[in-house]
Amino acid sequence: MICSGFFVTSGEVEFCSANPILKYTQDDLSQRGVFGTLFCTNFRVTFISDEKPQEKTDKTFKNKLYGENDIPLMCVDHIYGVYDEKRKLITGGLVKNKYPSKMIIHCKDLRVFQFSLTFSKEEDAKKIFQGIAHHCLEEKSLKCVFAFSYMGTPSPEMQWKQETVMFDSPEDWTQEMKRTKANCRLVTENENFELSQRLPKYFVIPLTIGDLFSYQGKGLPIWCWSHYSGCALFKASFPPVTQEDGDFQKHLDTMINAVAHNHLYSVKTEDLSESLPNIQDIQQSYNKFKQFFLIENSTDFWLSDVKWFSSLESSGWLDIIRQCLQKAVEVVECLEKDNTNVLITEEEGTDLCCVISSLAQIMLDPYYRTLMGFQSLVQKEWVAGCHAFLDRCNHLHQKDKEYHSPVFLLFLECVWQLVHQHSPAFQFSETYLTVLSDSVHVPVFSTFLFNSSHHRESVMKAESPLAQSGPLSCPTVWDWSVQFDSKAQNFFFNPLYLEKVKHDRAVRKPHKPKHQRNLSLPSTAFKTPPKKGFFKDETDSLKKMLRVKRLSRWRGSPDAPAATTREFFESWQHRPLDYHGLLLPCLDGPAVHIWMQRYLRWIPEVYILGGGSVAVMTKLMELLSQVQDLKRVLEQRDSSQAAKLDHRPYFQHRLLSFDSSGRLSSSFPFAYTCYRSFKPIIPTGLMQSLMVTDSLASQEDEASSVVSFV
Amino acid sequence: MGTPLFIYAPSSVSHSSPLGALFVFPTLFYSSDKDIIYICPFNAAVKGKVFITNYRLYFKNTDSMPVTLDVPLGVISRVEKMGGASSRGENSYGLEITCKDMRNLRFALKQEGHSRRDIFEIIFKYAFPLSHGMQLFAFLSQEKYEENGWNVYEAMEEYRRQGVPNSEWRVTFINKNYELCDTYPTILVVPYKATDEDLKRVATFRSRCRIPVLSWFHKENHAVITRCSQPLVGMSGKRNKDDERYLDLIREANGTTKLTIYDARPNVNAVANKATGGGYEGDDAYQNAELVFLDIHNIHVMRESLKKLKDIVYPNVEESHWLSSLESTHWLEHIKLVLSGAIQVADKVSSGSSVVVHCSDGWDRTAQLTSLSMLMLDSYYRTLRGFQVLLEKEWIGFGHKFASRIGHGDKNHADQDRSPIFVQFIDCVWQMTKQFPTAFEFNERLLVVILDHLYSCRFGTFLYNCESARESNNVRAKTVSLWSSVNSDTSLYINPFYTPESSRVLYPVASMRHLELWVTYYIRWNPRIQHQQQSPVEQRYKELLVLRDQYLKKLEELQLSDSTPSSTHLTNSSTPNAATPNQHITHLQTPF
Repeated sequence: MICSGFFVTSGEVEFCSANPILKYTQDDLSQRGVFGTLFCTNFRVTFISDEKPQEKTDKTFKNKLYGENDIPLMCVDHIYGVYDEKRKLITGGLVKNKYPSKMIIHCKDLRVFQFSLTFSKEEDAKKIFQGIAHHCLEEKSLKCVFAFSYMGTPSPEMQWKQETVMFDSPEDWTQEMKRTKANCRLVTENENFELSQRLPKYFVIPLTIGDLFSYQGKGLPIWCWSHYSGCALFKASFPPVTQEDGDFQKHLDTMINAVAHNHLYSVKTEDLSESLPNIQDIQQSYNKFKQFFLIENSTDFWLSDVKWFSSLESSGWLDIIRQCLQKAVEVVECLEKDNTNVLITEEEGTDLCCVISSLAQIMLDPYYRTLMGFQSLVQKEWVAGCHAFLDRCNHLHQKDKEYHSPVFLLFLECVWQLVHQHSPAFQFSETYLTVLSDSVHVPVFSTFLFNSSHHRESVMKAESPLAQSGPLSCPTVWDWSVQFDSKAQNFFFNPLYLEKVKHDRAVRKPHKPKHQRNLSLPSTAFKTPPKKGFFKDETDSLKKMLRVKRLSRWRGSPDAPAATTREFFESWQHRPLDYHGLLLPCLDGPAVHIWMQRYLRWIPEVYILGGGSVAVMTKLMELLSQVQDLKRVLEQRDSSQAAKLDHRPYFQHRLLSFDSSGRLSSSFPFAYTCYRSFKPIIPTGLMQSLMVTDSLASQEDEASSVVSFV
Repeated sequence: MGTPLFIYAPSSVSHSSPLGALFVFPTLFYSSDKDIIYICPFNAAVKGKVFITNYRLYFKNTDSMPVTLDVPLGVISRVEKMGGASSRGENSYGLEITCKDMRNLRFALKQEGHSRRDIFEIIFKYAFPLSHGMQLFAFLSQEKYEENGWNVYEAMEEYRRQGVPNSEWRVTFINKNYELCDTYPTILVVPYKATDEDLKRVATFRSRCRIPVLSWFHKENHAVITRCSQPLVGMSGKRNKDDERYLDLIREANGTTKLTIYDARPNVNAVANKATGGGYEGDDAYQNAELVFLDIHNIHVMRESLKKLKDIVYPNVEESHWLSSLESTHWLEHIKLVLSGAIQVADKVSSGSSVVVHCSDGWDRTAQLTSLSMLMLDSYYRTLRGFQVLLEKEWIGFGHKFASRIGHGDKNHADQDRSPIFVQFIDCVWQMTKQFPTAFEFNERLLVVILDHLYSCRFGTFLYNCESARESNNVRAKTVSLWSSVNSDTSLYINPFYTPESSRVLYPVASMRHLELWVTYYIRWNPRIQHQQQSPVEQRYKELLVLRDQYLKKLEELQLSDSTPSSTHLTNSSTPNAATPNQHITHLQTPF
């Protein structure tokens, strides 16, 4: 039985447990491990070692909700059972018959756990195995998710949440429109979801849209962001297809006209379902990709090292990332260079539309590269914007695979590429992104549990455990104090980021756009401006596209990026880099990388002891703290002197505390110093790697290598 | 489109005029009177003028596109005429120049009056001076530096630093006239118990007389790295008692139970070498030794691999299947094999066992393995000075055949002896600096400059195949060392993050997960691929260093102005390295 004080989180209930269970230590093949008890609760699968922990547990970067031997139920990806040396994927059916000698759990955050069930009583082993399989794999209802039992005490440190704009009130939207100088209309008619349950509670549309109810909640151009020139980015789902052809046409015309009216009668439309992989393609590709990082032992590791690059390529994941970034750059080009309104469309308008519009906004607007700005963007485009998190993340283990897809992760991946290429432009660190990607699978936050605003509101009202005391309030993920103390939260900040110096602020709102927005020429007087990609043919092609029944058109790699975007990128590249200005990614093969921290952090074979970028960061932090100390001393000595000192915003940085005892590994802060011996890891299976087949391999080094002695 | 076409100009010295004040007597041989078109693969055709001196080819645009080229003639491996007088099409008549440093240059001229004849002949002559009975540029250069780079490496001094000679290892001068082995240096370190007569007998059984000699000595456990060439076992499986005894002396020196012999080659190649009289140490002959093959391929495989790499990165980076194309070059796999070989050597030595490393002749793969494992084991070699010593010792001193592998001043571009073995080694070093960004005193720039001057022929450092050849050509007296230039302005090559850690063995991770293509070297000519001159972290760090110095200075001034005793605590906290980072951090924690 679980001893008291075990539960980190209140509301946690134990389902079953077994002892002794052997947990294999990942490091080697020797089948060594630690004995302990395996529990399954309504929150997690957890292993508690019988031994006293030898490693120090006072890590700086510790998740308060779950530790290194805890797997939140939602975080379980697959379970494998080893039956007589054969590894089988556990699905509902297999559970009934037998329990395996060994259970392997693959987690969504890419950890791998291996437990031997052979040491405990048969009945216990069977129970724990069936329990875990049941709670982690079987379809369940939303109310079984731990968030509805969780009774975390609201923490005092709520500033995070408060500073993040939640976009759940008309004021938030008005403020955002004001910030970007948008000239659009805030819709409050959906406050009670009377227009549509799929639409956000509040949203913003072009001024010229009339009767909202005629849209039946579909095909409404929804405002995302306005460029300072006045043009804006809109997204829309497809108009209802059941309508007669004439209506459909009319609907499209109104939709596109409305967007065009926003600024200069120009619009470029982009059907994302046409030009990007669909959500099933994304799902398939990611499933393939993540497999390369779920490493069970070092033999596997070195075997997969052999064809590493071609394996990665075969998954197509990096290519999908590149395509999304490419598409976002195209959108950015329209807004920034051509000052054209852009309308992106998609069946539901809440998947790739979210990816592309958020990416474009990050590239264009430095506010979204701050931590609060980024969180607000996720709120605006994804959470309030009705991305179907519940279905896409498959939190309820539905068998119907059609709706699952790691779309949000894809977005984070793309952001990571930008962070990796232009680190000083971002206030947040890659650690922040990694933690955010993990948090999707922590069943505590309301952020990722629902399919839409309507869904969130109705469930929260109904599922409150204390129904009488008002609606349930789960924390949002932005309340980081639920997971990390403030010291650990310092790791979310990028020490290379420099805030823009205040007096430069005016630069953001530059030269007034030449044409004011409220031009209201009659729509019959449409003139196609002499720019490419304009209204008339654009609409035609969109109409055509929408009429064609869409099959999976995305296959293999797409065409090379359009020559025009290439030009756009090159001309941007030739200008001096301004981290507070427009930011574009380089999308050439060698420039697109793997998110090493997320994917390789649990694999001991790749830990570089005392190396990696953390080594440099440690040095930077040391120096920063010295400089801060000196500054303080100087200020104490003579405040008037200090005022004259440098005012560059170095000192707003939060200092990261690195463990100076022991050597850090490159996977810090996730994996700590290895206390293993200083032995190097020597690759195995090297010869398999190099099958140099041509005759060169057998040639002599020296053309004249006849040995003359003997 | 004002992209500079070189990221690191091959000369570290700035030059204001096109032909530079770099050399005291720049000799101008050619200057185009009419415009020549440089067909830039990244922009378009650029009109400009070409100047050729005895050192370089220089191109300067005359139209709006600001493009310059500055190519040391030594970099050129091949010049060809393209098109003929009757060729049609724009810019079809001209020259194509293939370079050793991962680029090609194409120039187009007007099809009139043999316009390209002069320029072709001048390039052909001065890019390949040895083929025309002339001297390499290094002998003509009259550069002067404060430092004399030829003094960087003194063999005796380096062995003494290692703790040699001692009761186990002695210095022998048997090779002072290159009589024992003409490709070895004059000073050799051998087991104390081996007599000079023994050495002579061992030499008969080792390919090209390259007997096992000490490369590195582990001060604590006295294990050694020794290097040599393959034994002359031959088809009949010959044995040599002297060689067997000699290897046993190496083993006995520190009481190693089993001597490990690392044969860099793949097993099959070692076997095949028996046909030409070579081979490897058999089990029964060398009973106290264990033989390990490291599966590193030969110079031809490496040459083809780099050629394939060039195909996918120059002029344009492969678009659609970048990763599998990269994999198909095998370049990084070769890097992985070389690094994991070196890791095994270093690991063995640091666990107290002595090792012998050889390949066929012991001047290519062997040099890679010994120098990389020494870099892992001995932090001295990770300093700016120490790295120069390492190159001077393991590569230049022990006869890596730079002249043959690079083909300095030689027109025979298809020579089978050419191979980028040294480039591959520098790539391995770069991989290590990437994995351990604080462990090396020198920066990436040094590595690029070394590779630039590997080809440029401006310095004598990498000329000739071995010491004896260098001596007979009087290289030390007649040419300038690359280290003279480097050490005269070290600030360019210093890694600001360097943190000396003397006793630390550095094991890189030789997994494809960490190995990266060295984009800033191999793809540096491509302006699309982003390469920041300085990483943002480095830039920030340097800014902070300046700021710290300013503050320290201010503080000093303040302390001078008032000399109250209370200033003691200030002195304490202002000493940059006195306080541990943790102390600072804990009390400096800024609340949210």
